[in-house]
Amino acid sequence: MSAAPKEVLVDPIFNNNPIALQVLGICSALAVTISMSTTLVMCAAVIFVTTMSNLAVSLIRTRIPTNIRIIVQMTIIASLVIVVDQVLKAVAYDISKSLSVFVGLIITNCIVMGRAEAFAMQNGPLLSALDGFGNALGYSVILIAVAFIREPLGSGTILGFEILPTTANGGWYPANGMLLLSPSAFFIIGMFIWAIRAWKPEQVEEAEFEIASNVQYREAM
Amino acid sequence: MEHYLSLFVRAVFIENMALTFFLGMCTFIAISKKISTAIGLGIAVVVVLGITVPVNNLIFNYLLREGALAWAGFPDVDLSFLGFLSYIGVIAAMVQILEMVLDRFVPFLYNALGVFLPLITVNCAILGASLMMVESDQTFAEATVFGLGAGVGWALAITLLAGVREKLKYSDVPEGLRGLGITFICVGLMSLCFMSFGGIDI
Repeated sequence: MSAAPKEVLVDPIFNNNPIALQVLGICSALAVTISMSTTLVMCAAVIFVTTMSNLAVSLIRTRIPTNIRIIVQMTIIASLVIVVDQVLKAVAYDISKSLSVFVGLIITNCIVMGRAEAFAMQNGPLLSALDGFGNALGYSVILIAVAFIREPLGSGTILGFEILPTTANGGWYPANGMLLLSPSAFFIIGMFIWAIRAWKPEQVEEAEFEIASNVQYREAM
Repeated sequence: MEHYLSLFVRAVFIENMALTFFLGMCTFIAISKKISTAIGLGIAVVVVLGITVPVNNLIFNYLLREGALAWAGFPDVDLSFLGFLSYIGVIAAMVQILEMVLDRFVPFLYNALGVFLPLITVNCAILGASLMMVESDQTFAEATVFGLGAGVGWALAITLLAGVREKLKYSDVPEGLRGLGITFICVGLMSLCFMSFGGIDI
């Protein structure tokens, strides 16, 4: 499998998006999209971990015995996440508190593991790093878009700056509390998937059952 | 006793792993097309959570936390930064051991669970429960109850979703929403329903 570096980088963003098409990495993603700042930090962390883990796995791919490859990959990923966690605690303590367990959950984020297993084990270091970067970027695009809907409509701010003055602060916009609750993220992602598939119809899934079309009385006879 | 009961109910309904914390979503959405497989996976998750959360609790309290190594003569050592690595190691090892034990002694359950057992290692609900246990500083008994409760809650959620999806496949969904899209919206609605438990305080 040899693909052009540009394709490897750009393909996962819309054509083969990890969240919307591959169903990977939804786990730790949704709960952090309440505010833009936590989302950006989370995206940066995921981009770093995915790129570096793909690079590291790809560098030692010929030396990993097949039986224990999962454990080896896990160890690499967990070590990278520990680095991210310690850096966050030192640099941005408030954000690391509000992300709470979700930084740790990057370890089990299926994008990291899935790309290490599916791509980095077969490809060279440079391509693998690009693939990791592209996939994490595809993940970030969806996350940032969701946060971009949830934060302004839910609390009237973006990155803490007020853009829609809410009624609670004497403005005109009644904040929609529903968007601060977890279910709204599911609706928004469902709608995104719909939008992407309307734009790129080749991603539409086959129906398992077709409903028979209505027939005229005479034809039915 | 009452304390543990309320902890259990809280973990099953109010703080449901799948529907309020979005943990274990990948497997939750990928393996919920049939009720029978969903139940099998659910049971496996209950077993693994019931074992790994208390074990990780012991590791945290006696090896990793600040001052925990006092019994070995190192009262100043704080190894809590090694947490992630240890928990995921324990989980991977437990799943492997469980697989071998089941294969040897309970073959029918081993056959029923099949491929789902190894998959559980990368289920975020398992690691998530361990991390939450550490955050909320639970005792060993609390951790056991919490682990079981979290597992039961997750199993309940995936079985319900599988039930919904089995009916859903006969319905006429708009083209772009077919499959993944409509599943997301269903999970959103289920999650809204589970929020109604939120006001209950036991």
